Amino acid sequence: MTVKDHIKTLEDESIFIMREVAAQFNKPVLLFSGGKDSITLAHLAKKAFYPAKIPFTFMHIDTGHNFQETIDFRDELIAELGVDLIVRYVQDSIDQNKVKEETGKYASRNSLQTVTLLDAIEEFGFDACLGGARRDEEKSRAKERIFSVRDDFGQWDAKKQRPELFQILNGKINFGENVRAFPISNWTEEDVWTYILQENLKLPSIYFAHERKLVKRDGAYLAYSDYLNLVPTDEIVESKVRFRTVGDMTCTAALVSDADTVEKVLNENKASKHSERGARIDDQRSESALEQRKKGGYF
Amino acid sequence: MDLLRISTAGSVDDGKSTLIGRLLYDTNALTKEQEQLIEKKTAEKGLKDLDFSVITDGLIAEREQGITIDVAHIYFSTKNRKFIIADSPGHVEYTRNMVTGASNAEVSIILIDARKGLLEQSYRHFYISQLLRLNTVVFCINKMDLVDYSEDTFLKIAADVKQMVDSYTNYQPNVEIVPISSLKGDNVVHEFGNTPWYQGPALNEILHEITPDASEDGDFRMDIQQVLHVQNDNFVDFRGFSGRISSGTLKIGDELTVLPSGKVSTVKEIRQYETVLEEANAGDSVIVSLSDEVDASRGSLFAKTGEEPVGAKSLNATLVWLNEDVANIGGRYLIQAGSRQNQAKLQQIDYLIPPENPQLKLESAKLSLNDIAKVELRLAQPLFLDSYEKNKANGAFILIDPQTNNTCAVGFVES
Repeated sequence: MTVKDHIKTLEDESIFIMREVAAQFNKPVLLFSGGKDSITLAHLAKKAFYPAKIPFTFMHIDTGHNFQETIDFRDELIAELGVDLIVRYVQDSIDQNKVKEETGKYASRNSLQTVTLLDAIEEFGFDACLGGARRDEEKSRAKERIFSVRDDFGQWDAKKQRPELFQILNGKINFGENVRAFPISNWTEEDVWTYILQENLKLPSIYFAHERKLVKRDGAYLAYSDYLNLVPTDEIVESKVRFRTVGDMTCTAALVSDADTVEKVLNENKASKHSERGARIDDQRSESALEQRKKGGYF
Repeated sequence: MDLLRISTAGSVDDGKSTLIGRLLYDTNALTKEQEQLIEKKTAEKGLKDLDFSVITDGLIAEREQGITIDVAHIYFSTKNRKFIIADSPGHVEYTRNMVTGASNAEVSIILIDARKGLLEQSYRHFYISQLLRLNTVVFCINKMDLVDYSEDTFLKIAADVKQMVDSYTNYQPNVEIVPISSLKGDNVVHEFGNTPWYQGPALNEILHEITPDASEDGDFRMDIQQVLHVQNDNFVDFRGFSGRISSGTLKIGDELTVLPSGKVSTVKEIRQYETVLEEANAGDSVIVSLSDEVDASRGSLFAKTGEEPVGAKSLNATLVWLNEDVANIGGRYLIQAGSRQNQAKLQQIDYLIPPENPQLKLESAKLSLNDIAKVELRLAQPLFLDSYEKNKANGAFILIDPQTNNTCAVGFVES
């Protein structure tokens, strides 16, 4: 028996998980942000059910601070896949006084998404949310289950997680609870890029080197935008950059780079010793920033 | 590049986090941020040697208490292999977490403190490796720097290890015993000449030389996840069964039996997305179409005709209790194996097995968290399982508490 390539092993595992979600839940939704991980998820969903259609509705929680390139790409891909897309806006949650816009230099809408997400889950009665989170992203994510049960407030209790054994997924939940399902839990950033290359997947242009107007702050480059609260020490510059992870414009740092193809990005990431989450300003707030947000129902 | 899944176990003070940190550090697998964090924490604590524990201790409570609470998954890759380490904590909930962490592993790394030798938990860890029938067990005799890299100390512990391994007559894994110092780095990745009497490979080399058992040998088994019906211009009346082959090989034309119905048909098509295959193997997620319209759906199992597992309403199994809620004789649960679910009743507890001394058979009328027991279950309908020894994928199951929906036990079917 020849030994299987690890990417094929991961793909088979993810497809198995997607099918379990489709079979075990009444109203699953795929959370789609237009980033590379959710694009990978969408592609896996296509492969898992073909020749049948993708059995999931897609949903995007739009902070209003996204890169326009990502939104345009999202709409193109949704049309191509022929799935339904629900969009819910953080702006609406702000207008309804459910959340308060952050102020100051580091103001970001990233953590505000949680309330909009929980409201949308309740509005549509979703019992499972598929997400593209990976365990290699961050330390608290490393302890996340593939089926992660959340209570009606969306809370994650690390100490009360169900043990997950072999390939047996227990998706039974009580009324009001829902499950966050993570089909690409075992993929690393490098696996995702290798898969994007292998499957020839299209990505939003901001993942590749391009000329951009930037704000240099604390040694990092942020995309220049109206959403950013500028301070006197900020420096406006222009450079050729790419984004390694795509979140809000206010909290995603750019890398100075010439890598303009998937292959070049893959090689450049390999050579760099920096982590992907290092480019997320919101995770730099403290050592446990992500865990704190997850306890509150964040993805 | 292939994939190897490892499980690590050790108690709080064995230096397990340090070993993993050392392995990642010396194989150059840490990010700049992680390296900086290690240096920062080391300086804060005023330590002489690098403090690697910050890499695996992920949760706030863990960092505050300096212990590991839950199974953490750590990923790293070298030039030709990707590794997934399931790192299980070594405190009171060890059994539950180690069984969980090791359930998808092929290799178990057991840490032993060179100053202490084999402890109760070492026997427990090896028992669990045996229960899960892991192919390779690597014993790392750690903290060799604290016993002056003494060959005598190493040989004495190695002899104890061999004695323990030999006490199991029906389990013969590949066993490796390596003298290491996670703190200093000896024989983890590099070799510094402190153990000239040790001729064997360093841990990293061992992990690269193991052949991953990429596929489950044995009879063909596949749980049906879903039935897919498609009617469009390209697919006229398409009816396929999606599933992941858990063991064996499937070819076009094979005669299949659907269980529990017992209906027989032949394989017309095996599909993976747009590719139509002649043959598919264990681990492959496929869609299978049959020549006849047989009654099959989620909850059914495919087996090759003539190789079907026996369907019995009574099941003898080794059970590991994973839940804080105690189980009593007569308790009712949901049983899930693969995608099949059914109702089960805890008919009888034959005896408890203390994993540190499995020869002892203790009587008990209940099962508590971390108990391991031989039991008999009664099922509402037969589940068509194999013995775990014969077929891992179709020989393991979980029990679900119908009131809380929690996974409360894992079971291994006895032959």
